[in-house]
Amino acid sequence: MVIFYYQSLLRGFQQRNCGAGIDKGALMEMPIPDPEIFSRKPELIAKLQQVMPKDAIISETSETRAYECDALTAYKCVPLAVVLPRSTQEVSDALRICHQMGVPVVPRGAGTSLAGGALPTADSVILGVARLNDVLETDYDNRFIRVQSGRTNLSVTGAVEENGFFYAPDPSSQLACAIAGNIAMNSGGAHCLKYGVTTNNLMGVTMVLMDGTITEIGGPYLDAEGLDLLGLICGSEGQLGVVTEATLRILRSPEGARPVLIGFDSNEVAGACVSDIIKAGVLPVAIEFMDRPCIRATEAFAHAGYPDCEALLIIEVEGSAAEIDEQLEIILEIARRHDPVELRESASPEESAKIWLGRKSAFGAMGQINDYMCLDGTIPVSQLPFVLKRIGEMSRQYGLDVGNVFHAGDGNMHPLILYDANKPGDLELCEAFGADILRLCVEVGGCLTGEHGVGVEKRDLMMDQYAADDLDIQMAVKDVFDREWLLNPAKVFPLVSSESRRI
Amino acid sequence: MRAFIPKSESELAGIIADAEAPLRIQGGGTRPFGRPVNGTRLSTSGLSGISLYEPGALTMVAGAGTPLAEIETALDAEGQRLAFEPMDHRGLLGSSGTPTIGGVIAANISGPRRIQVGAARDHLLGVRFVDGMGRAIKNGGRVMKNVTGYDLVKLMAGSFGTLGVLTEVSLKVLPKSRATGVLLLEGLEDMRAIEALSMALSSPYEVTGAAHVQKGLDGDPVTMIRIEGFEDSVAYRAGQLQKLLAGFGDFTVETDPVKTTAGWQWVRDVAPFHGRVGDVWRLSVKPGDAPGIMAGLPGTEALYDWGGGLIWVLSSENSPLSAGDITRAMAGNAGHATLIRGEASNGAFPRLSPAIAMLHAGLRQQFDPRQILNPGLMEPAA
Repeated sequence: MVIFYYQSLLRGFQQRNCGAGIDKGALMEMPIPDPEIFSRKPELIAKLQQVMPKDAIISETSETRAYECDALTAYKCVPLAVVLPRSTQEVSDALRICHQMGVPVVPRGAGTSLAGGALPTADSVILGVARLNDVLETDYDNRFIRVQSGRTNLSVTGAVEENGFFYAPDPSSQLACAIAGNIAMNSGGAHCLKYGVTTNNLMGVTMVLMDGTITEIGGPYLDAEGLDLLGLICGSEGQLGVVTEATLRILRSPEGARPVLIGFDSNEVAGACVSDIIKAGVLPVAIEFMDRPCIRATEAFAHAGYPDCEALLIIEVEGSAAEIDEQLEIILEIARRHDPVELRESASPEESAKIWLGRKSAFGAMGQINDYMCLDGTIPVSQLPFVLKRIGEMSRQYGLDVGNVFHAGDGNMHPLILYDANKPGDLELCEAFGADILRLCVEVGGCLTGEHGVGVEKRDLMMDQYAADDLDIQMAVKDVFDREWLLNPAKVFPLVSSESRRI
Repeated sequence: MRAFIPKSESELAGIIADAEAPLRIQGGGTRPFGRPVNGTRLSTSGLSGISLYEPGALTMVAGAGTPLAEIETALDAEGQRLAFEPMDHRGLLGSSGTPTIGGVIAANISGPRRIQVGAARDHLLGVRFVDGMGRAIKNGGRVMKNVTGYDLVKLMAGSFGTLGVLTEVSLKVLPKSRATGVLLLEGLEDMRAIEALSMALSSPYEVTGAAHVQKGLDGDPVTMIRIEGFEDSVAYRAGQLQKLLAGFGDFTVETDPVKTTAGWQWVRDVAPFHGRVGDVWRLSVKPGDAPGIMAGLPGTEALYDWGGGLIWVLSSENSPLSAGDITRAMAGNAGHATLIRGEASNGAFPRLSPAIAMLHAGLRQQFDPRQILNPGLMEPAA
């Protein structure tokens, strides 16, 4: 079963037929499309045209094909239709019509999900929020911004940076990804250790339920009233409602930031150093970790001048120049106790950029060597040395190289397994290896996904982490928001678990 | 009266599965607000103890009934703390007993630092709980980043035992600060004080406390701004803030650790209202709206925390504050109000829109279909 996940990440994976029901050969099983819905497509389109302009509705297959997948491109399926509303009212109207007609709806932000969160089924309507991208209100005194949810993550910061503010969550897709998708997946980023993920920076939403009901939750004040529905919605992968507007916390930018680079001759020592820094009371804004395969690859690729060592930490702190000095002094003193093979302080913006250059090129560099598969598990930070050691042992056992590059401060690992797609048997080895790594993450007290989400990709692994009752109560939550299971129904939960609810 | 005090999660699950009448869920019993519950007392005090503490991973796992003091002592020994600074309600409510971590989480209790580091729910990584059908459920875990399935962790925080009985919580803990500086200024009017707090909070100087008390220890209004961190950094930021806020008056800086700790405990626990007669309401609002809302509540006294975003309101001795009075004062402003001290037999929590109320009812129906867990506790104030 776990093979599904790994297969899905392979480059050039053959597109699977989704229109004729379950393709027995396909690895990603999806529910059988309802033929009744196909036959009522003209009626659906006619009804939608009554509530929104014609250019907001796409129904020709040649055009709907643009929405056949998200960033998990291995899986594709052309949806029945696509609607691109321009207002909360249009979202409500579209949902109400689909609800009345029993048509499944798949919400879509910018389509950057790596987990297939916006993958359509053939009988579904894609509801894209891309045209909802206005800033509605900016309030520096009360430190919030209210935006429409189709606005991109980076352009939220873009709207306030002139005044010295920023929006903290910064997923690596931030140039393209939409706030709607950030909320659906509870996106993180490099600065999570200090500033938290989306759920910690979300103050309120306007959300439309599947039956068209428009709800307001929270707002420009702290701790929304009643049960924490805001916390529940954030990370619910578009299964509970469609968020059309969001009130987000904005923060004043720090005066400055500076990184330091520290090299070690063992992963264990680097891990211990991270732990000691955290214990000492310093909370850097970023602690990045790279191991030897990654260091060598990036050095060959980007020539950042990294030392050839077993493990490398890049630690960045923020504040005024004097505050930065004070924090770095403590960090370096701790690092020296761990016998570093390299200790490099940045003395200029150019040197800072060079320290970051290799780290930022890491994924590209690994891709130069071979095909690779990127995982996304989280482990308790204290297990870092053990997990890296085990991954190293498994790497030798499987005969495949692994590069590790990740945010060490919060334990979110992205092991990159290198393999050769053209070499027979390599793929299967890689899949088995990846499965072992994710099992290891759960075994040591971690989880299957730290920031990419479950989507369709890890749906069938949920039972490795949760017992039947744990999943049942989550599905019972969806029952409350979407009794008929029309909203993004084939995601998050193993199909076998959700089957009785979806029918 | 008989009480249930289970010693294990499985014993608790059995009690709930077998229950035929409502249960009144209790941690330490120090936070008796909300509509009173008629039911057999079920105490989590038997589910006590720290099962895991990894200072280097900033993580602690403890039974729901673990006394807060035990957790704070263990953290203190490693130079760490619960950064969300949970308030102690005993002084304000005249309650006795031992606050538990489960109670803190069930009520989502935070203190002044909430404005910078987030609420209790933002530091909760995982939960174990027993639902109204007697099923033991887990959600989340003990890692900082986790998007595996729905986030019931947040939902359980602040659900006041109405969705399930917490048995175990995993927490993110943080290092204590080495130094604290508090900027103080007496005599500001509410409006000016909130402006000063907003200016401080909108600066890059990482303010971790921003309060204005209408009647300080000597009866005059006092405005307080806290910064924390390493010694040199605190001194630098205190100086910068003094310059930034010079237009409001000459803020003095207090750095004596005993005094700064006591000062913020005084704000955190709403000490100015201790031992005084009158209803107490807690309002969560947009900071800039706070002075205007208070202007609509003549004869009352206020303590503003969270830069004005949190208002503690004390009614005058002889005229209780009704839900209607509060609603009128808040009309046209975003936010909500909860009756913390006063006649709560008709409810104490904020009224919800019909759509949201329906979602609440639906969730309760799923988590506790027999409605035996703290029924009615979160009823809106009438």
